Amino acid sequence: MPVPILKQSHYLIATIQSALNDSDLLQLRDALVSKVGSLRSRGVIVDVTALDVLDSFASRTVRDLAYMIRLRGAETVIVGIQPEVAFAMVQLGITMEDVATALDLEEGLAYLDGKTQHGQRAL
Amino acid sequence: MASVPSEPENRKCVPVASDDDLVVARREGRILAEQLGFSTSEATLVATAISELARNIVSYARRGEIQVSLVHNGSKRGINIVARDEGPGILDINLAMREGYSTSGGFGIGLPGVRRIMDEFDIASDVGRGTTITITKWKR
Repeated sequence: MPVPILKQSHYLIATIQSALNDSDLLQLRDALVSKVGSLRSRGVIVDVTALDVLDSFASRTVRDLAYMIRLRGAETVIVGIQPEVAFAMVQLGITMEDVATALDLEEGLAYLDGKTQHGQRAL
Repeated sequence: MASVPSEPENRKCVPVASDDDLVVARREGRILAEQLGFSTSEATLVATAISELARNIVSYARRGEIQVSLVHNGSKRGINIVARDEGPGILDINLAMREGYSTSGGFGIGLPGVRRIMDEFDIASDVGRGTTITITKWKR
């Protein structure tokens, strides 16, 4: 099931609704990397609140997504990693260096506002 | 340490041949873990371990199966997961179990990571015949 991507002013918001298979996750990565250009977005929020597992593949894909979007000139923040998911990631030895995370959507938006001077991008 | 398998109704076998099956296998593991009274954190560890093993099957052997069952050993109760495939097998198990080692471009946390989050870990692999990994997590 593809993840819906919402455009809100200069940001893209992707809210994962249910457990994803690998292809859905790769599709999300590619769609966001592409839309950051076509919609001239300054920031991307990926909401993973609904994910009950972030295994090594999912974590790597999310990290790659953030790196790729940075190379496109925008910022990414991952929001909503659940406590038990964070616990499992740490136990498993998964790190997401240099990837911004925030508690929830609200915090994620505040982070992006701070990073992008309120979402302005030259047109 | 021999653990006693549970009744068949407390056992689920999930064929694994695509990334969709990972989602199913994870869910079955979580259902059994919750049935056993595992905390959400422990159930998430079990589901994550299943995900890693099932992905190894899809990546290296293309197909195989994940069996999850409730087991007990004396008064201890736990969840047992068997990941079985008839793939190429693992040439050097010691290397595969080394932290940071990966041949699939992953994080390289695969097998050592799974061993770390479970209480018991056993691997048997025959080159050309397949791999069986058996893991157990006991309820605290």
